[in-house]
Amino acid sequence: MTASEKYTAAAYLVVFVAVLAYVLIIATKLQRLEREVAELVQRVRERG
Amino acid sequence: MSVVTRRPDYDGRVTANRLPLIAGATVAAMAAAIALVFFYAPEDADQGLSQRIFYFHVPLALTAYACFGWGAWKALRHLWKRVDGADLESYVAIHQGVIFGALTLLTGSIWARISWGVWWSWSEDQLVMFLVLFLFYCAYFMLRFSLDAGPARANICAVYALFGVVLIPISFLAIRLSKQFIHPVVFTRAGPQMTDSQFVTFCVALFAMLALFATLYSVELAGKRLDARLRELRELLA
Repeated sequence: MTASEKYTAAAYLVVFVAVLAYVLIIATKLQRLEREVAELVQRVRERG
Repeated sequence: MSVVTRRPDYDGRVTANRLPLIAGATVAAMAAAIALVFFYAPEDADQGLSQRIFYFHVPLALTAYACFGWGAWKALRHLWKRVDGADLESYVAIHQGVIFGALTLLTGSIWARISWGVWWSWSEDQLVMFLVLFLFYCAYFMLRFSLDAGPARANICAVYALFGVVLIPISFLAIRLSKQFIHPVVFTRAGPQMTDSQFVTFCVALFAMLALFATLYSVELAGKRLDARLRELRELLA
């Protein structure tokens, strides 16, 4: 692999990894929101 | 079966949820862009393979400008028309702009390392102006999170977002006003300085990047709105 090939691959990889990291962060946040919704549903049920 | 579903809007109105459609278009456009970049666009005679970074680097920069511009437009809507949720939309657009801006700087640095032999050049007006624009919008978050949530914070942040938009044309024109001209100028008054196949590849890559922004913006906005509603619900139940 030449230096040019390595750097070009690195540039595209940076974009790919950033998008992947963003999706992971959003997925984590979604899990937290799901937990909170479940907790609120439980509280409403307890209230009757 | 339609992929366009219905969802409640910020103020409770039910609007069409086009997110699955936008996300699908983004995946298709991104796949097409990558295929065109590596299998269709001809190799540059001077720069060789590394020139292919251009097809993602320039659309990333243009998308960052679009994000900041969209953020400023939403800020203006907040200040002028007091549109519900415009402050949140402005914040999300600027957040996306900072992400696209960081990727522009990273891919640009990698390209500079191959072409110029350095990661960064302080003598290049275009680079420095983009960095100033990027740092200006990074400071937006410091301002936003140093103030208590409420109408005052929304107004101050909207004014800041509007000030930043002035830097966009300066940053865009810096490459043309620069005396150094080490940074390549691809779009001149005579049109794009590339072959037809390169221009088609560039346009597809730009569309893919704008679609990616639209998808990420919609996802983040939906998350933030849901978060706000849950907070409201928790307060009502307390």
